[in-house]
Amino acid sequence: MYSSGYHDHGTPAASGAKLVTLEIDGKPVTVPEGTSIMRAAASTGTDVPKLCATDSLKAFGSCRLCLVEIEGRRGYPASCTTLVADGIKVRTQSHKLTQLRTSVMELYLSDHPADCGSTSASARCDVHDMAAKLGVTGMRYGVDGRNHLHGAKDESNPYFTFDQSECIVCSRCVRACDETQGTFALTIQGRGFASKVSASQNEPFLESECVSCGACVEACPTGALAEKSLIQLGQPTKVTTTTCAYCGVGCSFNAESRNSDVVRMVPNRDGHANHGHACVKGRFAYGYATHPDRITTPMIRKSIDDPWRQVTWEEAIGYAAGEFKRIQAKYGRDSIGGITSSRCTNEETFLVQKLVRAAFGNNNVDTCARVCHSPTGYGLKNTIGESAGTQNFDSVMKADVMIVVGANPTEGHPVFASRMKQRLRQGAKLIVIDPREIALVKTPHIKADLHLPLRPGTNVALFNSLAHVIVTEGLTREDYVAERCEADSYRKWKAIVAEERNSPENTASSTGVSPELVRAAARMYATAGNGAIYYGLGVTEHSQGSTMVMCIANLAMATGNVGREGVGINPLRGQNNVQGSCDMGSFPHEFSAYRHVSDLATRTAFEKDWGVPLLAEPGLRIPNMFEAALDGSFKGMYIQGEDPAQSDPDTQHVTAAFKAMECVVIQDLFLNETAKYAHVFLPGSSFLEKDGTFTNAERRVSRVRKVMEPKAGFQDWEITILLSNALGYPMHYRHPSEIMEEIARLTPTFSTFTYEKLDRAGSLQWPVTDEAPEGTPTMHVGEFVRGKGKFFVTEFVPTTERATRKYPLLLTTGRILSQYNVGAQTRRTQNSAWAAADVLEIHPHDAETRGINDGDMVGLTSRSGEIVLPAKVTDRVRPGVVYTTFHFPESGANVVTTENSDWATNCPEYKVTAVEIVKVTHPSEWQKRFHEFTEHQLELLKAREVTHA
Amino acid sequence: MRAERLVSMANDIGAFFNAEADKAVAAQGVANHIKRYWDPRMRREIVAHYREGGGAGLEPVARSGVALLATSA
Repeated sequence: MYSSGYHDHGTPAASGAKLVTLEIDGKPVTVPEGTSIMRAAASTGTDVPKLCATDSLKAFGSCRLCLVEIEGRRGYPASCTTLVADGIKVRTQSHKLTQLRTSVMELYLSDHPADCGSTSASARCDVHDMAAKLGVTGMRYGVDGRNHLHGAKDESNPYFTFDQSECIVCSRCVRACDETQGTFALTIQGRGFASKVSASQNEPFLESECVSCGACVEACPTGALAEKSLIQLGQPTKVTTTTCAYCGVGCSFNAESRNSDVVRMVPNRDGHANHGHACVKGRFAYGYATHPDRITTPMIRKSIDDPWRQVTWEEAIGYAAGEFKRIQAKYGRDSIGGITSSRCTNEETFLVQKLVRAAFGNNNVDTCARVCHSPTGYGLKNTIGESAGTQNFDSVMKADVMIVVGANPTEGHPVFASRMKQRLRQGAKLIVIDPREIALVKTPHIKADLHLPLRPGTNVALFNSLAHVIVTEGLTREDYVAERCEADSYRKWKAIVAEERNSPENTASSTGVSPELVRAAARMYATAGNGAIYYGLGVTEHSQGSTMVMCIANLAMATGNVGREGVGINPLRGQNNVQGSCDMGSFPHEFSAYRHVSDLATRTAFEKDWGVPLLAEPGLRIPNMFEAALDGSFKGMYIQGEDPAQSDPDTQHVTAAFKAMECVVIQDLFLNETAKYAHVFLPGSSFLEKDGTFTNAERRVSRVRKVMEPKAGFQDWEITILLSNALGYPMHYRHPSEIMEEIARLTPTFSTFTYEKLDRAGSLQWPVTDEAPEGTPTMHVGEFVRGKGKFFVTEFVPTTERATRKYPLLLTTGRILSQYNVGAQTRRTQNSAWAAADVLEIHPHDAETRGINDGDMVGLTSRSGEIVLPAKVTDRVRPGVVYTTFHFPESGANVVTTENSDWATNCPEYKVTAVEIVKVTHPSEWQKRFHEFTEHQLELLKAREVTHA
Repeated sequence: MRAERLVSMANDIGAFFNAEADKAVAAQGVANHIKRYWDPRMRREIVAHYREGGGAGLEPVARSGVALLATSA
């Protein structure tokens, strides 16, 4: 059931350019052609009674309540399925219509619980609401006949119930699953009286194909499908519009709360990124915010072998600042640094980098984008001039062909994947380039036109061969390139990709992809019309990550696929604010808006504003910080909302670096893996406890609004201020809007951005400037940001991480729908009902030759380390490739990943690790040590001493 | 920092710029990249490694790039 305050227009808005004028109940109405009579009436404030209609779904015409009369036409057409026409006169009320609706309503009431919506669910039920509206207080049929009032209740899903007794079989849930989510998990089983909603083959929801996006729950007009939280907590009393803190889609939500409890998260139908849709994480997995594992009091300790001491904020901040000052006095100014968080707001990120540059006095600041999308920033800045995607999400609805490379949108970016699937069902073509058979390759309703299952680590070779075909077969857009790109760079690039060594026939030995497939893909992308490329970490997390981003830009420019709707280069960002954390100057070599610290004019502007001299030299990146810690020149870190001990590669190297430091300050919700190596714990705030903004993968800046008070007393930006003040660099912000004023003052792409403007617009895509006061949905229109687009020669350089006799398999890593990144949030929700452990996918052939059966424990060894995981035998991976996720710390996926990294940015090569696997019966040595260390740290936490009242 | 790691990173950078036919341009590309993205202590250490032992482990383009850094340091 949607939010009570929402005015449902019954059918979706029409996009017809022509306007049509009609008369409804004597009032003239003008609406776009293609609008339903129901929607036209609603636009004048006349809500025609309805049950099966809602404006997020196509009209269905089954409930027969929305009948109207049209002058001069016979019968009583359904207003949801009947479209407006010029000059018609419609009556929504008449004696006859009341009679008809009353009869229909009586039939519904004869098989519907009298208490639906009162003792359960949303305390609302459209059947009873409509009956009241129509004045139907009783019915002629009684309740003794055959009915469904004792229908079964399915409680299997952890987040919602399905009560058949309250179901009116209106098909809204089925249609939501089909049209909105695109999973087609629900159906109406049986005929006539036996008709009932069924998940998959009449299975419990949890065991069915249902992905628990909740679209069906929201679409249900009765209490049949209802959130358990709503049943438990009752009607919300407050609604706060905010932005999801999971993936880079950045869905807008109405957080409905009662007292200090979130009752439910309802996706905002006016949300520009999600248009009212959500996934299992955003809609349901917010329980971590109130999980008992939350630490809400600051703690300090001298050594990681000491018990924690619970202290006041004043003491904790004083201790951290004192330690940082002591370390700098002893080891030098550059011996400390900080990490900003892609889960925190833009304002919080901006403050952390300011703290490092202005209060620490160095540029040793980095962000977790280092380990995911830093190559995107580098590659796109150099080729097209801006370190960001070129489009908005809606652009996909105008794409004719999509390349999805190194991304798995149905798992990683599920709400956008639903949009993609909508477009694919309309007939757009799809090329998937991925070592695995991701869900988009083949589902009952979507099938990729082409799947190129390349070997891990060969992206560049493959894209060079795509370019070879496009160039040698004359499929380039010479007019576009001549007008918009650097001629010399194009000529050079074109000559090299045209060389025979780059042909699909020659690169096949590296990529493992048949030349015919490559040629077909190149032709399809270059000739199908609007071509859009969507990519993820399967592109960036390689030793040639930046090169591959340049390959993508080269291909898009050569085919004229940048600068209008339906095309573009679209990085799918992993975390909610990866784009924002990069925009805000989190990298050690640049200020906000990607301006190098050596740029005198920029640096001078910041020095003037901040009142301190700033360094013109780049600082250390995250992996460099760890290296420097191990050589003794880096001794202290302030980490806001990140967990490198789990998320970064070569875990044993990372933890050794933490052990070598003298003061590690963690600001987080939980005692995460990194916090176990920390000396100061500052309790952070969840997205529900703060104000600010996030920037999603389409450069869309959206408001985050406080739903509940911070559990530990402070929002994260306030904690950074406390630390800065204690370090002797006072900050005086009273609200994040004041931080945003400073960002706008110092950042050209935000020059006219204000909270007032943002609140008015709902969301804004940067650049927001005098030239683009309402933001920029599509970039590079007419001209690239850098002026002329620049082609780069992208020679394929094979990774040094290759399959050998000792390590004959290639491991690649990824994520799943129900868990999120290091799992700190989702593992503390009921999402673990879908996945409670990482597993290792292995091809049947590789399993058989090693005597491994599905479910066996297998030891996975690389040159970095060894872990043990349960095996899942599946042909989703190709022979020679194994796959796992990194959501559970005890699995230790990053124990086996190596220090290999992207040449330009040091983004780790998570996607290629040479490994061998064997069947085992015991955990690995690392896992035993991990278990012991974790137990010890949890004991130290339990034994924490309270030293203040 | 471990010279071995810095050498490996410099070689990775060199491998990208090696696509340049003009190796002087390639070496300048390596030098510019390191100057723009490496912290000064890392630059000092790779230059010291080059000066002390001639840059053992550095591939030709990377070595030329580090040599340019050494000249300008």
